[in-house]
Amino acid sequence: MQQIANFIIRYKTSLLYMLLLFIALAFTVQSHSYHRSKFFNSANWFSGTVYSASSSISSYFDLDDENRALVEENTQLKRLLLNSPVLDSVELDTTEINYTILPAQIIKNSYANPDNYITINRGKRDSVKQDMGVITAKGILGIVEITSNRFAAVQSILNTKSTINAKIKNTNYFGSLTWDTKRYDVVQLEDIPRLVPLLVGDTIVTGAMSSIFPENIPIGTIKKFDLNASKSFYRIDVELFNDMTNLKNVYVIENINRPEVLQLESEINNQ
Amino acid sequence: MTNSYYFINVIRFTLLVLVQVLVFNRLNFFGFINPMVYILFLYWYPIKENRPVFLGIGFLLGLAIDFFSDTMALHAASTVTIAYLRPTIMRFVFGVNYEFQSFKLSNTTRAQQITFLALLVVAHHIIFFSLEIFSLSNLLLILKKVLFTGSATLVLCLLFGSLFSVSRE
Repeated sequence: MQQIANFIIRYKTSLLYMLLLFIALAFTVQSHSYHRSKFFNSANWFSGTVYSASSSISSYFDLDDENRALVEENTQLKRLLLNSPVLDSVELDTTEINYTILPAQIIKNSYANPDNYITINRGKRDSVKQDMGVITAKGILGIVEITSNRFAAVQSILNTKSTINAKIKNTNYFGSLTWDTKRYDVVQLEDIPRLVPLLVGDTIVTGAMSSIFPENIPIGTIKKFDLNASKSFYRIDVELFNDMTNLKNVYVIENINRPEVLQLESEINNQ
Repeated sequence: MTNSYYFINVIRFTLLVLVQVLVFNRLNFFGFINPMVYILFLYWYPIKENRPVFLGIGFLLGLAIDFFSDTMALHAASTVTIAYLRPTIMRFVFGVNYEFQSFKLSNTTRAQQITFLALLVVAHHIIFFSLEIFSLSNLLLILKKVLFTGSATLVLCLLFGSLFSVSRE
């Protein structure tokens, strides 16, 4: 017994080190699963408050650019609106609304790590929930992963864990969008069969398989494609429409029918 | 005297964490270089430390950075490791000298200080990036990140070190 005690006292530093390292690795490994650890994310109130304070100062510096981007988006929407056939009355039926949209601002952006998370200034208080989609005026950005009362951490498409259903515009060939961590303006589209005719410059949009994003949200254009190792599928480099390094105003999308879709899918799986 | 020592370390801890998360985590120099200047805390920490306490502080420092940067507990793991390795590194760099009561970091040569800091940075970055990328097939990517981020960290740490050097007597 005394020998054990002596041993512990003698190696207390090493044992403490082992313990702390083990704790750190446990947190890391545990959060490699889909639902990450509740504690280590920038959406908690403390880091969220610090980030939103710093963002409220730094956002003044690119106010001009942000305004220009918003005016551009407005112009585009006005063009759509004015060119659509004029109706003298519009029927608003709440049972036919499929998506709700909430504006939000990014308070912390990141794009240099293999797993990037973006923090936005909306949380549970604004009824932001896990697995809601986040887009910008130009294209998709990511999926809400974890929320606190006032903030939410968004898993960016620049994240090795991210897989998003995407397709080639005006066709129904779909694949999944992943990221190989090499460049922050290029993501990869996989599992497009080789019989599909492709051209460099084709537009990639979100697919209909996703219960998170509406169909046809722009993602990017084909930059380069080649066949994968098995020679039966393409591996496509997609150049993003979004400049991931310079983002401020985003929209959080909720698919109102998502619970129903999920329930249906789980019923199939249970059979 | 001891009170002001605690005070200085608390201030240093807070400022380094804030500078790290608000400035250097957003630097993205060349798209991927984010120097980790908070390592300076371990460089500056008093030599005559109580080792378990030092390990604990190293762990907390890493955790504080993780808290802000969505890196799970990677910073904590790598920081606690260099906190553990620090006495070994110091013995390697400064020889037996450093065990004497009168030993002070400011009394050593410039080359020794730089070697000490560089070893801390390299050890930290190797652990951090291997855990972050976590696959041997990307060994080149790990080495590239260690090399570039490490040299950026080293240069910035040296600049900070000479800016806020502990007053020499």
